Amino acid sequence: MAGFSFFGEGLPDIDLGELKGKLIVLEGTDGVGRSTHIGLLKQWLENHGHAVLDTGMTRSALAGKRLKQAKEGHTLGGITMSLFYATDFADRLENEIIPALRAGFIVLTDRYIYSLMARAIVRGADPEWLREVYGFALRPDAIFYLRVNIDDLVTRVLQSTGFDYWESGMDMHMGEDMYESFVRYQKWLLAEFDKMVETHGFEIVDASGSIEEVFENLCERVDRVVARNGY
Amino acid sequence: MAGGMKMYGKHRFPGRLFIVEGIDGSGKSTQLSLLQKWLEAEGYVVYFSEWNSSPLVHDVTKRGKKKKMLTPITFSLIHATDFADRTEHDIIPPMKAGAVVLADRYIYTAFARDVVRGVSPKWVRELYAFAVKPTVAFYFRTPLDIAMKRILGGRDAIKYYEAGMDLGLSDDIEESFRLFQGRIIDEYEKMVSEFDMIPVDATRSIEEQQAEVRRIVTDTLTGTKKTRVRRWLDLASLAKGSRI
Repeated sequence: MAGFSFFGEGLPDIDLGELKGKLIVLEGTDGVGRSTHIGLLKQWLENHGHAVLDTGMTRSALAGKRLKQAKEGHTLGGITMSLFYATDFADRLENEIIPALRAGFIVLTDRYIYSLMARAIVRGADPEWLREVYGFALRPDAIFYLRVNIDDLVTRVLQSTGFDYWESGMDMHMGEDMYESFVRYQKWLLAEFDKMVETHGFEIVDASGSIEEVFENLCERVDRVVARNGY
Repeated sequence: MAGGMKMYGKHRFPGRLFIVEGIDGSGKSTQLSLLQKWLEAEGYVVYFSEWNSSPLVHDVTKRGKKKKMLTPITFSLIHATDFADRTEHDIIPPMKAGAVVLADRYIYTAFARDVVRGVSPKWVRELYAFAVKPTVAFYFRTPLDIAMKRILGGRDAIKYYEAGMDLGLSDDIEESFRLFQGRIIDEYEKMVSEFDMIPVDATRSIEEQQAEVRRIVTDTLTGTKKTRVRRWLDLASLAKGSRI
């Protein structure tokens, strides 16, 4: 059994040997269908008899609610925001993810520290600093990077919810309107994610196909991760 | 964060930053407040940075403490978030404007407290790498017994996290507080040379300590912005009915 490890300095008082479950991450920019696939995978895994915890960003009991409000008011500075997200993440890691892994669950998480780092980097945070800050995070068993090109992304967003203030990076005044800003911001995020493919071992999943196609692709990959340790 | 993120020791501002550290009951706040009055009288533009964090961050900290939801890592991170807010709103802008900024407790409080809680010393130092390096960091060195006497005489209740009750050192809150503060002192002592803190013997009289603080501060004030006239001069000329 491969077992878990921390990115860096790690959490105090955690026995990694106790963690029996699997940590699977879905990453990708806004609007690539991460949450749809998390939902489908959860059902599929449960049908096969696995216990699943699905979790995502800004959902912690400690900071989730306030973090959402902070975004709505957008009054916090860049470093403050990055650390607020890190707090939220740490709370979920310690109180949801690690207990679930200890109990042998498969944890599916919609985004992980990579999205948090990418968003902070495009807002000027130092990448080296961010890696140190997130040193307490667990290395996942697999990171599936749902990737689409920027044109497909624009089409998808238009077909669903439309441009959102944050997803368009409007806080950074990058373009004259939401469309321009969205394109620039998301291109920049894509570039940051692409840089992480090698350093963090992302598996790229082409997300330009139909939901069925992408899901089938994901199932195969998830199956390999789950089968890896004799489930 | 426009313009990239500057790290500890790399900020270049016209202002000055003086901070005080020490355990509860070391008398650091008294000293800082005397320093503030003197600097104002001398005509400097003084900005006292209080922990006026945004209500959002503040609420999370308060709730987390009240419900005892915090682990060493989230305790550390929420305080770092709070401190980042203070840095971005309360420290950097006045320093850019050339003010003399005063802060009661700084990153070294977090280093001491978090390390005692079991957080990695290296990690917590990295976490706060965005902080502005103080012009002078004063450490008010106090024997535990003296500090304890000052505190236990003057306060109703020691709070749960303040006493380090989460560490399980003792079931008795006063005893836990004593053990916890003792460990904090050990951490401070290690930091004196690491961060070039200026130790002040806090067992001496208030006046003696203040004289030393003013002397050290004066040496670093060359070229710092002042208001047009000194306040006492203003008042003196008003009293005489003359114009400046």
